[in-house]
Amino acid sequence: MIYADNAATTRMSDGALDTFVTLAKETYGNPSSLYSIGQRAKEVLEKAREDIAAVIGAGPREITFTSGGSEADNQAILSAAALGERKGKKHILSSAFEHHAVLHTLEKLKKQGFEVTLLDVHEDGLVRPEEVARAIREDTCLVTIMYANNEIGTIQPIREIGAICRERGVLFHTDAVQAVGHLPIDVEAENIDLLSASAHKFHGPKGVGFLYARKGTLLTSLIEGGAQERGKRAGTENLPGIASMAKALQEASQSMERNAEYLTSKRDRLIAGLGAIPHSALNGDAVRRLPGNVSFCFEGIEGESLLLLLDDKGIQASSGSACTSGSLDPSHVLLAIGRVHDVAHGSLRLTIGEDITDEEVETIIRSVAETVEYLRSFSPVWRDLMSGKSSFIL
Amino acid sequence: MALYSEKVMDHFRNPRNVGVIEDADGVGEVGNAKCGDIMKMYLKISDDIIEDVKFETFGCGSAIASSSMATELIKGKPVADAMKLTNQAVAEALDGLPDYKMHCSVLAEEAIRSALEDYEKKKKA
Repeated sequence: MIYADNAATTRMSDGALDTFVTLAKETYGNPSSLYSIGQRAKEVLEKAREDIAAVIGAGPREITFTSGGSEADNQAILSAAALGERKGKKHILSSAFEHHAVLHTLEKLKKQGFEVTLLDVHEDGLVRPEEVARAIREDTCLVTIMYANNEIGTIQPIREIGAICRERGVLFHTDAVQAVGHLPIDVEAENIDLLSASAHKFHGPKGVGFLYARKGTLLTSLIEGGAQERGKRAGTENLPGIASMAKALQEASQSMERNAEYLTSKRDRLIAGLGAIPHSALNGDAVRRLPGNVSFCFEGIEGESLLLLLDDKGIQASSGSACTSGSLDPSHVLLAIGRVHDVAHGSLRLTIGEDITDEEVETIIRSVAETVEYLRSFSPVWRDLMSGKSSFIL
Repeated sequence: MALYSEKVMDHFRNPRNVGVIEDADGVGEVGNAKCGDIMKMYLKISDDIIEDVKFETFGCGSAIASSSMATELIKGKPVADAMKLTNQAVAEALDGLPDYKMHCSVLAEEAIRSALEDYEKKKKA
């Protein structure tokens, strides 16, 4: 099996799994209890907070543990909105291809009277800092732009956007779910005020993540109850998950440079190999993209059937076609970069992991090429394109 | 539970009656690429019996399987019977489709009907 859907989730590392199991078995005390096993749990919790903070250049008190990236996104945006509302600022700036955890939270705020501007991400899948600067208004309370896109992997000019937000005195949140553990992040140097992360995207466990909030950025609690997480997130802490996340992030951080170099070379081979398929196109900028992300559109075929046939060949991948989302519209990300519906239905996302081999890369290229050719062989859309009845887009 | 029944996967992996009939007596095409599904049916008919049927489909697994099953259900049948093919019959023959994929069976029914109407039209002309 070749698992090429690491943007969906990753396999836990051995170190993260060992940490998880050991803590679940041995340090099962409640960190809020005052007896020794509880206090040991508390120590593990705070050590995890320190370790995680250190990786992104933050202080431990700036880290709040959550159930994952979606919760962190919700809390970051709703907190910034609450702070803005107090000052009469009810405008939020974001981009058209954010994750739904961001977009749906913004939709909710619109119903509460907030105004939302979604910036264009252009054909290369990149937000322009100068457009951010132009779109910031007197009443803008938050700019939220993802660090790297989950479907097409494009890495946004976060440092430039952060500098603009700082200069204009606007809070800056970034959904860094796809970036943490894969790209070097420094919240100080990049002027990030709020950042969301999820453990299972960097070989940690599912159901745990964190929100970084710069000192002085008051968080709104989404879950009421006990005083855990300094009153900002009630509920007994998921200690095995949190400690395991810290372990996974440390490992990812230590091997980040080596992993990025390795993955980039495999990614570029995949891009070259798949690019040789006639009437195909890479989605998003070829260089400013995550080391493991390869996203293509193939004209004349539909993505779900491609995925099912690749699965039969032992390759697990993903697509932004309508049929994989349960709706009639293809991925909002592909539409945002200007792919028309006809083409967006024929998309394939491969997100490779560090254990991929050269042989597997070649198997993927061969299998995708064969499958695309097979599906085209009985596609009426392809027939019309080949006969000149309709014109190629790609 | 898997996304699709074994029957759907079988017809998706080994679609029956794939291809084109160059001198077809009736051709029908339904759907559009914008929605992600297009089906094209070709019929060879003599003495009001469907002697041969072929299809081409652009679409998801259930769209391909529905096309394949629909061709199986009408092959060798009188035109009058084929006109009565319903999407439920296609879905049932596939041991069911997920709710949000039922439109694939509707498309298969419409593609067959469209090809039959084309045949009737040509016959009159």
